[in-house]
Amino acid sequence: MGIIRALLMPVALALSAGWTLNAAHAADSPDREEAERADRWKELQHALFGDRQIQDGSAWLGIDAPARALDAALVPVSLTVRGDKAIKGIYLVIDNNPGPLAGHFVFGPQGDPHSLKLRVRVNAYTYLHAVAETRDNQLFSAARFVKAAGGCSAPAGADEQQALQDIGHIKVRLMKPFAPGKTMEAQLMIRHPNFNGMQMNQTTRLYTPAMFIRTIDVSYNGAPVMHLDSDISLSSDPVISFGFIPPQKGQLKVLVRDTKDSTFGQSFDVPAPAG
Amino acid sequence: MSHPALMSRREALLAGAGVLWSLAATTRSRAEPGALVTEAVAPGIHIRRGVDEDASAANGDAIANIGFIVGRNAVAVMDPGGSLSDGQRLRARIREVTQLPIRFVVLSHVHPDHIFGAGAFEQDRPEFIGHARLPNALAQRGEYYRRGLESVLGKGKAGPVVVPTRLIADRGQIDLGDRILLLTAHPVAHSDCDLSVFDPSSATLLAADLLFVERVPSLDGRLKGWQAALTSLKTVAASRAVPGHGPVSVDWPSGARDLDRYLDVLLRETRAAVKRGMEISAAVASVGLSERGKWKLFDDYQGHNVTQAFKEVEWE
Repeated sequence: MGIIRALLMPVALALSAGWTLNAAHAADSPDREEAERADRWKELQHALFGDRQIQDGSAWLGIDAPARALDAALVPVSLTVRGDKAIKGIYLVIDNNPGPLAGHFVFGPQGDPHSLKLRVRVNAYTYLHAVAETRDNQLFSAARFVKAAGGCSAPAGADEQQALQDIGHIKVRLMKPFAPGKTMEAQLMIRHPNFNGMQMNQTTRLYTPAMFIRTIDVSYNGAPVMHLDSDISLSSDPVISFGFIPPQKGQLKVLVRDTKDSTFGQSFDVPAPAG
Repeated sequence: MSHPALMSRREALLAGAGVLWSLAATTRSRAEPGALVTEAVAPGIHIRRGVDEDASAANGDAIANIGFIVGRNAVAVMDPGGSLSDGQRLRARIREVTQLPIRFVVLSHVHPDHIFGAGAFEQDRPEFIGHARLPNALAQRGEYYRRGLESVLGKGKAGPVVVPTRLIADRGQIDLGDRILLLTAHPVAHSDCDLSVFDPSSATLLAADLLFVERVPSLDGRLKGWQAALTSLKTVAASRAVPGHGPVSVDWPSGARDLDRYLDVLLRETRAAVKRGMEISAAVASVGLSERGKWKLFDDYQGHNVTQAFKEVEWE
């Protein structure tokens, strides 16, 4: 991942420099823009997956997001898998973000890959790509175009101090009643400012140092549900919805690690205690 | 997308939460607003009504209600305006009314439509007065706002980021001679640095963006904090209030009725959406629709307000 970010550094610098780039892009013809976007995705495919072939998965792999984001620092993205292909993991790529690989989800034996939801920052008009990897190592992709800009370098929100106070607070909501062996949907909420290193303090001219969530591990009674490698594109106070399959009553355990190597963990009873 | 000629106000003021700046493309107009017109809402209190639009080259970001208060010895400005030229026109208007020194410029909060005129008053060497959290907010957003505003108004036309020279952490006073103004720094509400001013001599509350009338409110702070701020402002012995947007004067506290209702609907329906397990994108499409038609620019701000409210409520 470090290598990829290094490769793309010029893009990061240009984007964080401001609006002018968008304006320059605006002069281009739609065809040329589309061609540039296709080239961009080709480069990214190569950087992320080498020479591996990526097939069209749009018949069963879904990626959804608002066509025009209301808040570029909080763009809700939904990833869905239809059918019964055995899925090992899903990558979310935000092509024109400074760190394009927003997240890589890997599903454990207690995980259910059929529905994932998360919120991301989007820095420029861009395609989002979902790439699903099957257990037999095939790759499939689906894409979605999103109009949003400035989500990475935008200054922090009004509640930044509050966010720092509450860092590491974790909540889990179970969205369906408990039934052994049946998929449950859980919404995981984590208090973390996820500073991506692109917000400048205009007085000191220094960037607020990056401090963001690196990994999230979810397990059920000790068996892995989901592992997420995340990056600077995850929104502050991340909210991630995922499916898991509890064979019996037990405990859902969440472990979060950030770039400062701080870890935050919590366990939740399933089903949730009454009241 | 063509050249970003218009920075909407929602983009400017909500940029802290990361909204697109160059959203709409429109024809850039060379026309700038003419002489600034004020209305005396009370003896010695002169308010210019902002237009109910987003910032554009044509309106020079003269979109907020701004004005000044004249005492026996001095003048206080609140707010200085949305751009350097907006501030210059306000200053020219002050000089039509009085030659008294401009000793105070109150910066009601960090949003650009209220404070980028401050540079026009540097020549007066006034005290620039702001909330104790304003310097931090300006440090985070000031330059970002300035560049965004320049992309709309043209190079050099935004005005400088002026940092307050006197901070109010709780309460403060301004003495204009026979007129004492009472300043209140609020906990996080419309923004995280709202300052209101009360003039007991005319029973007038200058609420700035803690009070929106007719123009849809914009939430860049904390919904429940805003409701608490309104509750506290209603205990002020004012008979009229000057909103940050909308008419230059409304009866107080009855002038808060629409805003109260709007915030109440936003909170109640967002809570219900969160409780039902609704996704944020679904909530955005469904919360508060009974308020559509009751506010100007509703569709431009509602989605963002719901997003803000959702983020706040989901942690309850």
